[in-house]
Amino acid sequence: MSTPAAQDLRIITSRFDVEDGHTLAGYERTGGYAGLRRAMEMAPADVHGEVRTASLLGRGGAGFPAGVKWGFCPPGVWPRYLVVNGDESEPGTYKDRLLMERDPHQLIEGCLIACYALGLSQCFLYVRGEMAHAQERLAAALNEAYEAGYVGANVLGAKDFSVDITLHWGAGAYIVGEETALIESLEGNRGMPRLKPPYFPASIGLYGKPTIVNNVETLANLPWIVSNGGAAFAAMGAESSTGTRVFAVSGHVVSPGVFEVPFGTTTFRDIIFDSRYAGGLHPGRSLKTFIPGGASAPWFFEEHLDIPLEKATVDKAGSMLGSGAIVVMDDTTDVVRACHNVVRFFARESCGKCTPCREGTSWLEMILSRILAGQGRPQDLDLLMDVCDNISPGINWPPRQTTICPLGPSAVSPIASALERFRGEFEAYLPATAVSVTTASGVAS
Amino acid sequence: MSEAETVVNITVNGQPVEAKPGEWVIAAAERAGVYIPHFCYHPRMNSVGMCRMCIVDIDTGRGPALQPSCMVAVTEGMEVDTTSDQTRKAQDGVLEFLLLNHPLDCPVCDKGGECPLQDQTMAYGPGESRFIEEKRHFEKPIPVNDLVYLDRERCILCDRCTRFADEVAGDPLITFQDRGDQTQVNTFPDLPFSSYFSGNTVQICPVGALTAVPYRFKARPWDLTEVESTYPNPMGDRVVVQASRDQVLRYQGVDSDAVNWGWLTDKDRFSFEGMASELRLRTPLVRGTPLGQPDPRGNELVEASWHQALTLAADAIRVAIDDKGPQSVAVLGGARLTNEDQYVWARLAKGVIGTDNVDAQLDDGLPADVVLGMPRATVNQACTPGGTVILLAPDPKEEQGTLYLRLRHAVVNDGVQLIELTPRASGLSQMAAFRLHHRPGEAAAVAAALVGGDIEPGPDGDIGGVSAADVAAAAAAIANRADKPITVILGRPSLAESAGFTVDAVAELIGFANLLNAGGRPGMAFLPVLHRGNVLGALDMGLAPGLLPGRTTLAEGGPAMAESWGSVPSAPGADARGILKAAADGQIDVLILLGADPLGDFPHRELADVALNNVGTIIASDLFLNPSAALAHIVFPAAGFAERRGTHTNLEGRITAQRQIVTPPGTARADWAIATELARQLGADFGFGTPEEVWDEIARLAPSHRNLSLEAIDTSDDGVVASDSSIVFSPPDDLTPLPPVDAYSLRLVSSRRMYDRGTLVQSASSLAGLAPTAALVVNPYDFSRVGVESGADVQVVSHVGEMGLPVVADPGVPRGTAAFGYNHPDLDVRDLFDPDAVVTDLRIQTR
Repeated sequence: MSTPAAQDLRIITSRFDVEDGHTLAGYERTGGYAGLRRAMEMAPADVHGEVRTASLLGRGGAGFPAGVKWGFCPPGVWPRYLVVNGDESEPGTYKDRLLMERDPHQLIEGCLIACYALGLSQCFLYVRGEMAHAQERLAAALNEAYEAGYVGANVLGAKDFSVDITLHWGAGAYIVGEETALIESLEGNRGMPRLKPPYFPASIGLYGKPTIVNNVETLANLPWIVSNGGAAFAAMGAESSTGTRVFAVSGHVVSPGVFEVPFGTTTFRDIIFDSRYAGGLHPGRSLKTFIPGGASAPWFFEEHLDIPLEKATVDKAGSMLGSGAIVVMDDTTDVVRACHNVVRFFARESCGKCTPCREGTSWLEMILSRILAGQGRPQDLDLLMDVCDNISPGINWPPRQTTICPLGPSAVSPIASALERFRGEFEAYLPATAVSVTTASGVAS
Repeated sequence: MSEAETVVNITVNGQPVEAKPGEWVIAAAERAGVYIPHFCYHPRMNSVGMCRMCIVDIDTGRGPALQPSCMVAVTEGMEVDTTSDQTRKAQDGVLEFLLLNHPLDCPVCDKGGECPLQDQTMAYGPGESRFIEEKRHFEKPIPVNDLVYLDRERCILCDRCTRFADEVAGDPLITFQDRGDQTQVNTFPDLPFSSYFSGNTVQICPVGALTAVPYRFKARPWDLTEVESTYPNPMGDRVVVQASRDQVLRYQGVDSDAVNWGWLTDKDRFSFEGMASELRLRTPLVRGTPLGQPDPRGNELVEASWHQALTLAADAIRVAIDDKGPQSVAVLGGARLTNEDQYVWARLAKGVIGTDNVDAQLDDGLPADVVLGMPRATVNQACTPGGTVILLAPDPKEEQGTLYLRLRHAVVNDGVQLIELTPRASGLSQMAAFRLHHRPGEAAAVAAALVGGDIEPGPDGDIGGVSAADVAAAAAAIANRADKPITVILGRPSLAESAGFTVDAVAELIGFANLLNAGGRPGMAFLPVLHRGNVLGALDMGLAPGLLPGRTTLAEGGPAMAESWGSVPSAPGADARGILKAAADGQIDVLILLGADPLGDFPHRELADVALNNVGTIIASDLFLNPSAALAHIVFPAAGFAERRGTHTNLEGRITAQRQIVTPPGTARADWAIATELARQLGADFGFGTPEEVWDEIARLAPSHRNLSLEAIDTSDDGVVASDSSIVFSPPDDLTPLPPVDAYSLRLVSSRRMYDRGTLVQSASSLAGLAPTAALVVNPYDFSRVGVESGADVQVVSHVGEMGLPVVADPGVPRGTAAFGYNHPDLDVRDLFDPDAVVTDLRIQTR
């Protein structure tokens, strides 16, 4: 992974090049905690107002406006909690990890600003279990911040503002990225999504109390927004997708990495091919397909390259911007293997709670494995599609969700995309003559 | 609320349906006769939406969408379509998914024939699987406890058993482990599913994943015949009794809204094993020679004909009456019989023999007037959302399992506040709002402060060992909820102390209850929890000194009853203790034991021993030859549960039907018939040919049961509650005096555990081994005081006896108190009871 040489405008990745940006000294030297001080000079409601003005969309995947979400807490119910979703696990996504590793204080400052705006005194920072380096950096930074009086009782000497931030390491489950499953996990239960309604933890969340769950990147934007004003943030990017956004580009590109770009005005072509960003494909290769927003998203192709990185437009084109992970596949890619790889991930990560996802995803994986092993049957391709249809009726995007959470339908996306576009490659795996498949219960043809 | 607001109008498949507000679509549809297939949904547990089988088209105005009907509440104008193509496709898909990894071993599966998965596979689904890969494999059935096996290959992960364990029983010992298609239900290492209620998971399992040891491979469902009946426990749990080839093979709980909600305790569920025991009495026995010849001088019990046994019994009774008068005949027990049995025995004793020395309890309950003289609550009333429950009783989890489940649900889900007024923690302590754990014998002081508004701490700054602040807080909590029903669960919290202490506490509460009840408020009522199946029926039928059938006294109801019966005793007789004392003094010539075992159950074993050995003739009517019956001179084999018809009265006064499905062993007969025959031998013809004829007389003569028709009892799902009572509880003039405890002693609390040394449990092979080993339980604080360590073997010494046993720590036992189970099979706590003392104090000595 390379560090981008030059970028137009960097709000939250500005310290990625600062060697000691993860320490308190480095952070303060580069303007750190100014946002918090600025916020504490304002009334909490005004801070909330700035975030609303900024139209900051949640950066976790669903893209819900953070300022609006903050307003969902039922009045008069206390205590309330802030929970930071640092369980970034979508394949291809690694922006939050870098934000935590390279600039942990920025996240802590963002948490403090959110707590100030909302009158909260307890924040839980849930970090994915596998992110050992991020955990170390965050823990060290939090110790420094406590020491320096930014966190703990009487933040910066304020009489009526105290915040505790508790770190919590995940135990390694993709589904815990889903906010209600994360809350379950935080409470010490199995990480399984909660039933909806209630649709938002803001009404009933952690320990049954109103809980704001925000993504790492969302909160990391707050120091800049408070320092520079919500209007300045809203002025950047597109009208409905404001500010900048961090994308992680991986796959068959010259320089994979994390890039902060103006939200909504940059196109997929820019971020994949521009030399300031991923730098295009390797010489002599051509684009086969790319995943625009994490492994859950339906795939995009050549004709989608000029779509801007903007939520509404991507949604309209039949996929999603999701977690900001762009996975590029060039013409050397074996689509069936790629498909199998993604489906296997979802089968392994299904929590096992509802039937279609638990049984369906692993069945899909088994069929794909069999096809790859040369044991496919002609009817298997239709079977794949029908199993997909039973997991996600209609195979629409966005899915008509009949499972508890979107994990099951997510496994459908790659198969539906790949089979529709590259059916020939699947057929090529089928043996020329019908095979007998030996099964536990006998022989099937 | 007006009528219109209590109905939500929806349509199901085009038909208008009136649903209840907040009702799930699946429940509303089912009430309207439209069955929506499901596996995980269970009406008595929270919906989890896991199986997705109940997915149907629901249109709330935004177009039809597939939604799980177990998790969508009805809304006005909702349109539900359970037959749309989209619905069928989704349900077929789910069913195919569920069957992917299911082993389809139906031919060797106990559930085959009554399996929801099998049934729905017939009704829905493609019929043929497209799955050709290897199925998931697990080790075939593994025990999750001593009674239940788990086959994880058959499991469809519906979360019913795990939810039951967590939500209903409060024993979250089986859980999901691993994830994705490797998800499995299992216990944690070294932590078996040790729950009193584990059998319920077998009943609610929608596949054959959970099987019960006593039923495994015993029968196929289509070979079973069944009747709905009432399990003879004080709760009167509704059950279905299933039998094949004249043998009871299974009890299943019936979801009765008023009583057990479909749940049963393992002890009750599996007790049918004991009923089929080889040890059951099959023929009458009389004294005879070692060669089996009947001979009154013999020391053996030998088989005899009914005629011989009845003649001998009648002769003995006649001689006793002639010699010393009717009072020399006494009757103990009867609390396990049907109402009809009890009535005929009561009529025989009081109307024919003329003795009032009759007691169904063995000094291990409460005086009859305390039980019958209180305004009676129902279980549903006690569980009214937002109400208050005061626990003045032994641990319901140990003694009244299904009541425990109902109370637990009420406290956890419906905001009922529970106030424990007990000498030690109970199974409900964890969820109790107030735990007023008083010193043994001091309940009355706490009760007085609780409802009297007068909180005056004693010299130690407490009230009966409870902090005055806690009592004050609980009193305020009661006052705050006075607009909702207050229910006292009333029983005998400890058998190591006199019942007088509990009576004193009731005396404090009844004044408050009368005050509340007069004020037009929901008021305060009592739910008596006593030991033995139909003990409340026995009191109603007059099997207690001074009482006559129909909750009336000799003084009040005597004249009327004498007109029908011919005569009634002129003066109240003695209770169990009085009877045994009289017997020990040689004043009882004939003692009739009706399923009673004073040697095993009476709190003072030595007195029982002396008494039984001083009685001229003991006549026992029983299922088993228990230790007391073994001393009898004449033994009648009695028919038990499921072997005879009758009615049962539960702790609410609810009368429900018991039905017969198998024939009694040998020549055993129902008790009403035995008593009728014996009466005939004594010259009185009751004219009873069937239990129905007995009931007709009860409904004619017993004031509280007047006009309760058998038809009404038989046809109503929840039976009929008899609520009238003319018995008045008059508080004793003097409080039971409480001797001081010395600084080196611990005061003993003793109550029953679920699995015990009782005959039925010990005759059921699956249950016999479950009784815990005896240990003395002491507060951790007292260990240093006494100078021993937890787990140490100690010598426990009381005024009258001593024994060696381990001592263990439990903070649920207050300081200065020691707890010891009443009914352990290995050690008998009664060896420590002093029959002349009102409390039992112990010293602990290291060995």
